[in-house]
Amino acid sequence: MSEQATYRPGELEAEAQAADNRNRWILALPAVVIITLAAAGPLLVMVVYSFLTPGDYGNVVWKFSLEGWMNTLVQRDIFDDTLIWADAHLSIFWRSFSLSLITTVLTLIFGVPTAWFIATRPPGKREFWLFLITVPFWTNLLVRTIAIQELLRSEGVINLILLKLGIIDAPIQMMFTNFAIGFGMTYVYLPLMVLPVYAAVDKLDFRLVEAAHDLYAGRWTAFRRVILPLIKPGIIAGSILVFIPSLGAYVTPRVLGGGKNLMFGNLIELQFGQGRNWPLGAALSLMLMAAVMIALMWYVRVTSREQSDG
Amino acid sequence: MIEIDKVTKTFGAGDAAFTALRDVSVTIRENEFFTLLGPSGCGKTTLLRLIAGFEPPTIGAIRLSGRDITRLPPNQRPVNTVFQNYALFPHMSVAGNIAFGLEMLGKPKDEIAKTVDEMLRLVRMEELKHRKTSEISGGQQQRVALARALAPHPEVLLLDEPLSALDLKLRKEMQIELKRLQSETGITFVFVTHDQEEALTMSDRIAVMSGGRILQIGNPREIYERPSERFVANFIGESNFLNGQLSAGSVTLEAGGTFTVEPPQGVADGKVSVLIRPEHVTLAGTGTKGAALTATVENVVYSGEATVAHLKLTTGEAIKARASNQPGAGGALEIGAQVGLSVAPGAVTVLVD
Repeated sequence: MSEQATYRPGELEAEAQAADNRNRWILALPAVVIITLAAAGPLLVMVVYSFLTPGDYGNVVWKFSLEGWMNTLVQRDIFDDTLIWADAHLSIFWRSFSLSLITTVLTLIFGVPTAWFIATRPPGKREFWLFLITVPFWTNLLVRTIAIQELLRSEGVINLILLKLGIIDAPIQMMFTNFAIGFGMTYVYLPLMVLPVYAAVDKLDFRLVEAAHDLYAGRWTAFRRVILPLIKPGIIAGSILVFIPSLGAYVTPRVLGGGKNLMFGNLIELQFGQGRNWPLGAALSLMLMAAVMIALMWYVRVTSREQSDG
Repeated sequence: MIEIDKVTKTFGAGDAAFTALRDVSVTIRENEFFTLLGPSGCGKTTLLRLIAGFEPPTIGAIRLSGRDITRLPPNQRPVNTVFQNYALFPHMSVAGNIAFGLEMLGKPKDEIAKTVDEMLRLVRMEELKHRKTSEISGGQQQRVALARALAPHPEVLLLDEPLSALDLKLRKEMQIELKRLQSETGITFVFVTHDQEEALTMSDRIAVMSGGRILQIGNPREIYERPSERFVANFIGESNFLNGQLSAGSVTLEAGGTFTVEPPQGVADGKVSVLIRPEHVTLAGTGTKGAALTATVENVVYSGEATVAHLKLTTGEAIKARASNQPGAGGALEIGAQVGLSVAPGAVTVLVD
């Protein structure tokens, strides 16, 4: 009784608060450990390696050097040692960027109507369509990409059909082109566009669409003025989910693009493999990461601005 | 003027088919405050959606000022809707919402700005012009929805239970506000509600609906005082239903008393049901002159401005008597007491059953 009487106001709350904080930290601990060991640690290693000198047989020599970073964009002329642009790298950057952009646009063109179709089915039937969208995830990416190869190659399904129909006289060379990479990546990343757009359309209040029609908006105007702004977060999320992995895609360009049409991911792999230039590989990886971060920051800015004014 | 001509609306097909409207015909006059009143599922919202153009009728035609609009899409009808949950565009400001219809009609910018300000003044929302619609209260959203629908100056304004989400006090205010807007703008209002009191207070005419049919159309007084059938009488206001014998323009109740009535068409002499509103039944001492009925007090309910006595007639039929409370009076009625009841002349209505 006397103890209770000496309690100062707020003390109980403060103690409960402290206990609560302690519990939260304990719960967060496994995540913190995993993130530190599996994400932050390797990243630090990468940063360090990018500033070291390549060893003769891979690995690194512990000697500070900016060569790795310089080599991402420029290279020394083998004859007079002057610095010239690393054309090969630049064309790979450009191919990665443009193919990722094209992939994003294609997944948008195919994904948004698909998502719309699914979201406007009766509730009981949507699961079925969503299930179909997720089926490809059950199979290994490599297997799926090789299946695409079967479609595209000179004796493949598409060429065979076109030949039989008499539309073409000779097989079209589709394999090992940018087209093949774009085709494959669109196929592989389409679900990543469909799912977030579906979620956005699913949340869309269709009475708003009715209201737009009621206020003299035709179908296209209602889409542009009401539907599109409201599903925009889903479209942006889908675009990022497609664009980012496209930028670093490895398997698809490797299988469908052959050895010639490298993308960013293949270039990085090359440095750690045949190239034996780990610092360059590390620097390229960090560059890719920076590009991804810029894309994400743009997303955050666009969506937060959306929320503040609208 | 809107003419609903023999409209039937069926949703779905086969075994799952559901008929929301059955052969509905009604003419809504120009500048009228017309109310569709009925319980949920009676088809009143479906009828409104047909007028708006969100659904086509299965059978029948809808004409607006003589023009057949049955197959016209909603964006080509000079009709605007105030939706039940307002359906304000969340990504636009208050002003943006109000301007939307005008923009769609391709009005010049300065005219749009002028009309938006005018509408904001009309619904008394000037100071909230640039707010987001999520940042304003329910009552304010309601006003924005009204302003948005009125801004293009439609021939007809459709209101789908627009007040049902508001609390009582705000609802009363908005009822008066809506009446004011209707008389100021001169636009025909078609108002959907399940609230009989709201319908009586606001409407020029009311159509009472049930099971996809219109049961009775009339002004509030007709609907309340001369309901055509038991459903209408029961749905609107408090009612007593008693059995009686109709002959030659007067009804003799089984419980006693004979009253002069105007029987509706199609009711033959013989056994009939009659309606007596509780406020037309007055308690009197037994044997009092003019007391036609005798009853036993079963329960007395005090509700502030009035007291309702629940009574049992000698025939076993239940009857309610409602009296306004007077200052200083009260507490005289004892449960179980025998009382005389008098019924105001003209208060007995014969129902089509």
